[in-house]
Amino acid sequence: MAIKDYIRERFFPHIWCPGCGHGTVMNSLLRAIESLGMSKNEIVMVSGIGCSSRISGYVDFHTLHTIHGRALAFATGVKLSRPELNLIVPMGDGDALAIGGNHFIHAARRNIDITAIVMNNRIYGMTGGQFSPLSGYGTMATTAPYSNIDHAFDTVELAIAAGATFVARSTSYHVKQLSKILRDAILHEGFSVVEVLSQCPTYFGRKNRLGSAVDMMEQYKNDTTPIGSKAKKENPDLIERGIFVQKEMPEYCVEYDKIIEKAMKGN
Amino acid sequence: MKENIKFVQGNEACVEGALYAGLEFFAGYPITPSTEIAELLSYRLPQKGCRFIQMEDEIASMSAIIGASLTGHKVMTATSGPGFSLMQEALGYAVMAEIPCVIVNVQRGGPSTGIPTHVSQGDVNQARWGTHGDHAIVTLTASNHQDVFAMTVEGFNIAETYRTPVILLFDEVIGHMRERLVVPVEGEIPLVQRLRTAVNEGVDYHPYLPREDGRLPMSDFGDVHRYNVTGLFHDMWGFPSDNPQVVHDLIRHLVDKINNNVNQITNFKSYYLDDAESVLISYGSSARSALHVVELLRPRGERIGLLELQTLWPFPDQLVRRTCEHAKHVIVVEMNMGQVLQEVRRVVDQPRKVFLANRIDGVFITPRDIRNIMRLVQGKGV
Amino acid sequence: MGKLKLKEHVITREWCKGCGICVHFCPKQVLELDDQDKVFAARREDCICCELCELRCPDLAIEIETEQGSE
Repeated sequence: MAIKDYIRERFFPHIWCPGCGHGTVMNSLLRAIESLGMSKNEIVMVSGIGCSSRISGYVDFHTLHTIHGRALAFATGVKLSRPELNLIVPMGDGDALAIGGNHFIHAARRNIDITAIVMNNRIYGMTGGQFSPLSGYGTMATTAPYSNIDHAFDTVELAIAAGATFVARSTSYHVKQLSKILRDAILHEGFSVVEVLSQCPTYFGRKNRLGSAVDMMEQYKNDTTPIGSKAKKENPDLIERGIFVQKEMPEYCVEYDKIIEKAMKGN
Repeated sequence: MKENIKFVQGNEACVEGALYAGLEFFAGYPITPSTEIAELLSYRLPQKGCRFIQMEDEIASMSAIIGASLTGHKVMTATSGPGFSLMQEALGYAVMAEIPCVIVNVQRGGPSTGIPTHVSQGDVNQARWGTHGDHAIVTLTASNHQDVFAMTVEGFNIAETYRTPVILLFDEVIGHMRERLVVPVEGEIPLVQRLRTAVNEGVDYHPYLPREDGRLPMSDFGDVHRYNVTGLFHDMWGFPSDNPQVVHDLIRHLVDKINNNVNQITNFKSYYLDDAESVLISYGSSARSALHVVELLRPRGERIGLLELQTLWPFPDQLVRRTCEHAKHVIVVEMNMGQVLQEVRRVVDQPRKVFLANRIDGVFITPRDIRNIMRLVQGKGV
Repeated sequence: MGKLKLKEHVITREWCKGCGICVHFCPKQVLELDDQDKVFAARREDCICCELCELRCPDLAIEIETEQGSE
C-alpha cells in the first residue's frame, strides 16, 4: 500500500502550522507502518489533547481521540481487553509528561505492549505557547515572560527509570532513522517510548528566536549525535539519538493470560 | 432446584450482579468504602477468562474502562467520594462519545477526604452534574442487597440500550452491611447485549447515527469498520465538527435519548401509598429506616406510605408529583442537606408541604430520627 | 536492472504550506517555491531520487515517482 492509503485524505491539508514537525512525525510513522505491511484494522491509535493529538483524525485506523494526558490509560483498556491489537499512542510533551506523567510512568512500569510516541516540541502549541515540562530552564514562553525557571525532564532517562523496555530518540530532521526506530518500536513486545524532537516554529521557535522551521531542523542536525559517538565525548551538550534500551521482559497482557490460566485451574 | 443463597456485603452483591450481567472488564483503584468490589473482581474475573486491572488512579480507571468498552466488552469501575471526583472528566467523555459503561460510587461523607468509613448520601447532585457541560445521566440506587443485585444488572442493561454511562450510587451502609442475597438463575433477569452493526465491510458505517428506534449499533475496535471516537462535538462518523447544527443536534440527542425515556428508566418501589396522608420519599440505605417507620405507624392507624426511588436520575418528575398530589405533607428522608428534597420541591404543586428528615453526621439515620422530625412536622412537638 | 530514474515530482499543491523544508534540504537544489509559496521542481533533471523531500514533508504534499532506468 502507498502512504496515502493509510490516511483520511478528505481532512487534508491538516491543521498543523507550516513547518510543524508533527506532520513529519506522522509521515515517518506511516512509512514505518507501511514497511511492516500492517492491516489498518489491526491498529488502534489513541491520542490525548493538543496539537499532537490531532494526528489520530488523519490516519485511517481505529482512532480514539481522548482527553488531555489520559491517552495511555485509555490505550491500556483497549490493549488489555483485546491484546491482539497494535496500540500506537502519539502524545505531546505536555500531554505525556505533565498532565499525563503519572500514566506514562505506570504504563512503562507495567510493560504493556503499547508504542508511545512523545512528539516533543517543548511548548503547549494549541493554547498559544506556554512552557511545558520539556521547555527547559532559561527558555521563553507566554507563561514564562521573564524566562523559565522550571527544569526539563529528560524523556529518555525518565522512561528508562520507569521501566520501559524500548526507549529511543530521534528528530524530525533524521527521518530515515526515525522511521526505522518507529518500526522497531512497533515490533517490540512491551512498552516502547520514542521521543521525537519536533519543531514548533510558530511558538517555541518565535519566542526563543530560533528562526524558521528550516533553521530549527538545522539545529537538530547540528545539536544531536548518535548514541556513544566520539562527538558526544568531545561535546557533552550534544543530544544523543538512537535506541537507548531494547530488552525483553514479560509483557503485561501475556502475564495476565497466565493469571487467567491460574484462576481457571483453581475453579 | 437448589437456590443460590449467599450471605454477603452489598459490595459483593454488586459484584454478583455485575458478573450476572456479563461484566468482562474492570479497572479500579482502592478506596474506602468500595474497595471490596475491586478485590472480589480481581479474584472472580480471571476465573471466567475476563480481565481486571488495578490502575494508577481513578482517572486512569475510568479511562481504561472506556477503552475496553470500545473493543466490545461490558465494563465497570467502582469508587467512592474523592475517586468519583477524579472520574468526572472521563465520565463526561463517556457521555459525549456514547460509551456503555457502569460506574459504582459507594458514597462516603464529604467534601474532600471527609469521613471515609461512615455513611453519607452527599453525592446525588455530583452524580447528576459532576462533569461539566449540559448532559443527561442515569443514576440508580438500592436499599437492600437483592435490589443492589437487580439495579446492577439494570445498570448494565441501560448502559447497553442507550449507549451511556450509568452510575450506581450506593452508600457505605449498603456496601458494608451483610444480608441475604438470592442469586437468580441464568435467564431469570433478561440481559441486554451489545448491539453491533449489521453493516458489512466496505459499506459506510455511521457509529453516531441512531436507528429509527433511537439505538446506535456499535462496531468493535479491531473489527472491519474503522471510525473516530472523540470528546469533541462530532458528526455521524465521529469526526470533530463545530458546525452549529451538528453541535445543536448532538447535545439534543444526548439529553433526549435519556430524558425521553424516563418511564423506561425509572425504577421505584411503593409502600402503602394509596391512601397516604404522610408520604415519605427516600432511597438507598435511608429508605430502610423510612420503611421501618411506615411499618411501625401503619398498625397504629397513621396513613403513612413510602416512595422508594431507585432511579435518581433522570429524576422521575411525574411519578413524584402524582404520588404527592393528595399528601398533607411529604418528608424526604436522606443523609445529606436535602439534595433529593430540592428535586421533590421542584416537581410538586405545593413545595411548602415538603420537609427534610436528614442526618449529616456520618451516623446512619434511624427510624427514631425520622419519627422525631415527623412529630415536629405534624405539629405534635418533641 | 538499471538505477531508479525519476518519473515525476507529484506535488499536491493544495496541501503544500510553503514551509520550505524540502527546498532547503534538497541535496541537489532541485526544488523551489513559486510566487504563491508552493513547491515546484525547478531543476527536475538534477533529481537523484533520494526522496528526502518526500520523507521530510510535514504535509505529505510531495511524492517522488520513479521508474526503472535502462542499464
